[in-house]
Formats: sequence, C-alpha cells, structure tokens
Amino acid sequence: MEYFIQQLINGITLGGMYALIALGYTMVYGVIQLINFAHGEFFAAGGYVGAIALAYFAGVGYMDSHPVICLTASFAIAMAYCAYLAVGVEKVAYKPLRKNSRLAALLSALGMSIFLSNGMMLTQGVYDKVYPGELFQGRFDFGMVTISYLQILIVSLTACLLVGLNLLVFKTKIGMAMRATAQDKTMSALVAIGSNRIISLTFAIGAGLAAAAGIMYGLYYGSVKYDMGFVPGIKAFAAAVLGGIGNITGAMIGGLIIGMVEIFGAGYISGEYKDVFAFIILIGVLYFKPNGIMGENIDDTRV
Amino acid sequence: MIQEFKKVWKQYTIGMLWLLGLLWPMLGIHADGTLTFQKTVTVWSYLLAGTFVCLLIYLLNTSGYLKFVSNPLSRATGKMKSATSALPTWVWFALIFVAALFYPQFAGRYGTDVAINVLLYICLGLGLNVVVGLAGMLDLGYIAFYGVGAYSYAVLNSVYGLGFWVCLPFSALFACIAGCIVGYPTLRMRGDYLAIVTLGFGEIIRIILNNWMSLTNGPNGILGVKPIGIYWPIFENGFTFEHIWVKKLQFFYYFALGLAIVAAIAVKRLNFSRVGRAWESIREDETAAELMGVNTFIYKLLAYAMGAVFAGLAGAFFAARMKFVSPESFTFLESAMVLCMVVLGGMGSIPGIILGVAALIALPEVFRQFDSYRMLIFGATMIIMMLFRPSGLIPAKRVGTRSEEKEG
Repeated sequence: MEYFIQQLINGITLGGMYALIALGYTMVYGVIQLINFAHGEFFAAGGYVGAIALAYFAGVGYMDSHPVICLTASFAIAMAYCAYLAVGVEKVAYKPLRKNSRLAALLSALGMSIFLSNGMMLTQGVYDKVYPGELFQGRFDFGMVTISYLQILIVSLTACLLVGLNLLVFKTKIGMAMRATAQDKTMSALVAIGSNRIISLTFAIGAGLAAAAGIMYGLYYGSVKYDMGFVPGIKAFAAAVLGGIGNITGAMIGGLIIGMVEIFGAGYISGEYKDVFAFIILIGVLYFKPNGIMGENIDDTRV
Repeated sequence: MIQEFKKVWKQYTIGMLWLLGLLWPMLGIHADGTLTFQKTVTVWSYLLAGTFVCLLIYLLNTSGYLKFVSNPLSRATGKMKSATSALPTWVWFALIFVAALFYPQFAGRYGTDVAINVLLYICLGLGLNVVVGLAGMLDLGYIAFYGVGAYSYAVLNSVYGLGFWVCLPFSALFACIAGCIVGYPTLRMRGDYLAIVTLGFGEIIRIILNNWMSLTNGPNGILGVKPIGIYWPIFENGFTFEHIWVKKLQFFYYFALGLAIVAAIAVKRLNFSRVGRAWESIREDETAAELMGVNTFIYKLLAYAMGAVFAGLAGAFFAARMKFVSPESFTFLESAMVLCMVVLGGMGSIPGIILGVAALIALPEVFRQFDSYRMLIFGATMIIMMLFRPSGLIPAKRVGTRSEEKEG
C-alpha cells in the first residue's frame, strides 16, 4: 500500500510535467492544426536556460542569500527565453508554409526540431548539464511514504500554471480571441482578431509552459541533456491525443494519466519498458478513440 | 521593387537581432557568475556574414543583376541537356554503370567504404520513397525495419549458423511482417497522426531490441556476424567451386551496387505500374481515390510493407558488412536522416533520391572537420528545402496539386 501511494505521488509529479508540455501541443494544434515537432526542444531549451540562470546566480552568490528569488527569476527567464524562441521559430519555419501541404509543414517542423536540438548540443556540449543540487533537499516522511519539498514545489507550481492558463483562456479577452481563432480563422479575422498575433501568442504561451516543465524536470532529475526533449515530447503528445487534441482540459488530464501509467508501469510491470507504455496508449487511443477522452468530433480530413 | 527590398532588409535585420538574443544566454552566461559577449558576437558575426552573402545573392538573382552569370550557366545546362538527349538513355545508364563498376579500382579503401554507405542508403531512401514519395505517408519510424532486417540476419547467423543468402529472404520477410504489424493499426490514420504513431512504433522496436537480452544481447549488440559467403569458381586441377567469405570491401561494394540497382529498378517498375498509380492517387487525394475504387487500406499497407522490405534487405547487407549490430545504429536520427535525403532529392523521384543520398553521405565525408555540425545542417536543409523548393532538387515528373493546398 505504501508503495502504491509513493508511486501515486511520483506519478502526479511526472504527470504534471507532461501536462505542461502537452498543453503546448494541444494549443498549437487547436489554432493551426499542426503538430509542432519542435515543442520538445522548447522543453529542453527551458531546462538549459534554467540551469544556466541558476548556475549564474549561484556563481554570483545570490543563491545562498535569496534562494526563492533566484528560483523565481530562473523560471521567469527560461519561460521568457522559450517564448521568444518559439515566436521566432514560428515565423521562420511554420508561417511561410501555412498555405502549403501538411507534409511540407510537418517536415519543416521536424527539421526545426533536429536543428534546435543540435544547436543546443553545439552551444552547450554533448554531456549532461548538472543542476545545482543543494536546492530543496528536505522531505516529509510519513512512515514508508516520503514527499520531497521539490515534489511539493513542482506539483503546486504546475497547479498554479494550469489554473492561470485556464483563467487566461476562458476568462480574458485574449483567451476568447484564441478560442475564436481556433474555431474559424476567417471569421475571427472579420471581427478584427489578428490571427498572426494570436498564433504567435499561442506558440509563446505553449513554449513558456514547456520551459517551466523543463526546469522542473532538471530540478527533479538533477541534470539536463540536449536530446532530452525527444522522448518527453512524444509522451506529452500522447497525453494531448489522449485528452483530445485541441482541448486544454483534456491535455491536463491526459498528462496526469500518462505520467501515472508510466510510473505504475515501471513500478509494477517492467522498468526497462517504461517508455513503451506511453506509446502503446497513444496507439491504442488513436486506434479506438481518435477524438480522445474530452475531444469533440474531428473532421475526417484533419485526422 | 525598392519597397520589396526594404521589407526584406527589415525582416533580415529583425531576424538577425532575434538570433543574437537567442545566442547570448546560451554562450555568454557562465556558471562562475560572469557575463561575456565576445564569443557570442564572434559566432553571430560569422552567421551574419554567411546569411548576408546568401541574401545578397538571392536578391541580386531575383532582381536580374546576376544575368551575366546565370544566363551563360542556363545556356550551358541547356546545351548539356540537348547533348544528353542526343544519345539514347540506355547509353548513359551503361556509362554510369561502367563507371560504378570500375570505381573501387581507383577509389581506394576509404572511398569504397563511403561508396558502400551511399549504396546502402540509396536502397533505404528508395524504400522510404515508396512510403513517403509515392503513397504520401510520412513515416518516421522507418529505420526500425532496417534494424529488423539487420537483426534477423545477425540472429539467424549467430544462433542458427545460416548463411547470408538463406537469411536474406528471411530478413526481407521479417521486415515485411513487422511492417504489416505496425501498418495494420496505424494506416487508418492520416497525415500528422500517422507520422507520430510510426515514430512511436519505431521507438518501441528499438526499445525491444535494446531490452530483449536473450535474443538480441541488449545494448551490447551481436558481435561476430559472418560476412557474405559465395561459391567462387576455381580452375586449378579441373573445375571446382570453393566457398569463400567476402571480406574485401571491393567485393562487398559489388553486392551493394547490385542491391541498389535492383532497388532502383524495382521502385521504377512499381512506380509505373497499376500499383504505383494507385499509390499516387492516394497521395493526391485519398477520398477521391477511394471513390474511384482504389482499396486505399490495402494499397497503403502494401506501400508500407514494400518500404519495409527494402529496408530489411539493406539491413541484412548492413549487418554483413559491419559484422556487428547494436540498437545504437537504429535511432530516430537515422530515420530523420533518410527522410532528409528523400526530401532533399525530391520525393518520388529516383534520380533525385540518388543525388540526395550522395549529397548527404559524401559531402559530410569531404568536410570531415565540420562533422559536429552535420545534423544541424541536415535540419536546416529540411527547413530550407520546404521553404524554397518543396519538390526537391530533381522533382518527380508526375506530381499533381494536392486538394489540401487548394482548400488553403
């Protein structure tokens, strides 16, 4: 029983990160019907920039005196950096191809993904970049179950970001414009919504969330690597599909489910095949229920 | 005209400033708490110079200032074209064939090694071309079938001691079966979903190869795979056949050449058959193809299995040549590389793919000192090709407009 609860806690932590990445996929897909292959790279870039910022603060010496401010600042810097990266990536690689065939846009996205991950490799080196490890060492012990401070931080921060995003999308004018663009670009353009700006904004928000997930991943596992965006990227995509692609609430639930499945699969079935479970869910969902658990009916030609 | 230039320059300046902003945090912030600018600016100025030259050439070319270069060039290519068409096509094929035949005599060991690589990738590229170029399905897990072919030969050879020529059909068969297993559930999907699901399947196959210790020896791979064995006629005291192992690279080159030629002929014959037309109709408009009575599911499965067969054959040759297989050789990046070759050369065009493979395998060998930039350049190539020339360097002859493009 203790083992089960421990795994549940680990699963929620991991699932929260997947949910944050999955949101980027689902929002971008909702607005321009494109799978942003480079999204996993935003996640990795966020992890890198967070590591760089934290190391810088530690080097300057702020880390010991103001750890909370440093951590907040690192999150802010990484999210801003990835938003900035994503807006440019969209302008360079996706926007000119919006009218072309889907295959062209997909290949361009794939090229961008390879380009970014190798760019990170060239600037940061092939080896793991270690996170400053002395942060949040403490933990609560409840008998056999332990919850580290870090897990509490990750889960609460994830919850804050998800609530914030929900408020943004469903309660503000910008969110309304985003939903309108997702439904019908031409119509929303007629009511004076600049679709290009909304698309850029969507990319920026999605990449910012992925960057936050990247720092959490780095803090949680202790290091980041240039190609770390690939596998979590596919898993997060599986989460987005599971929740119904284009659906924000669905992506959150899907992320949690994928995280749980991975942790429980690794714990109870086989640790070596832990990456396979997410793929099997992805394939199963696409085969049996391509609209996902929360999705509306998708037009046949889109799928 | 001037207006357009102004717009281009503005975009260029914004883009380069954006790049500077991207580069600096990665290069200029150090862990010891110092901020530097010199390295960033150096890297950035190289990029600035390179892109500036490209932009300048592009602008001059579009506005017609480079006519004194491009006109003689186009005239020369026109003359060459008329000269080539004066002789029948088979003469050219024969010339290329003879050149390929005598190539190892001049190239030396290293050159032959590169050429073998090129030939194996041509087979892979042609197989992927059936899936992506003809049937229009983006397959990102293609390299898994290469792995299945290679492992089939390695396992059959090291465990059961079977020879290469017995295993070759089995490699193709197992790859085909793997293709059908992967294809059956996935091919009902279209476009992007298919891409990501094949990517997932490719990873699953790699993870299985990595973890099935009893069969594949896990991440350590299988060592000591036997090379190709042939019976060679010996004319000493009468006429006998002697069994020899093809260990010399020169010999192996000829087998790889044979494989590539068979693949090229097979893909060409497929392309201009009833099956090929069915594939192309699916690529252009799946719904319309179905209405015209094409059984889309069967044909898509056939394309998928066919691509897998070519990959399996190439895989068996790969295992025989390296004498060693490990899951490391069959990662997603390899899939992306083969895809990049197909995209660069031109989807659906056989000479294009041969050119693409040669460019992406041979050029990095020439520029060996820039090896770490290889994948970066591959990625950039894919984006640039999609932006400026989506049909590839040598476009396929028979390509219509897709229905999706018109819907916009």
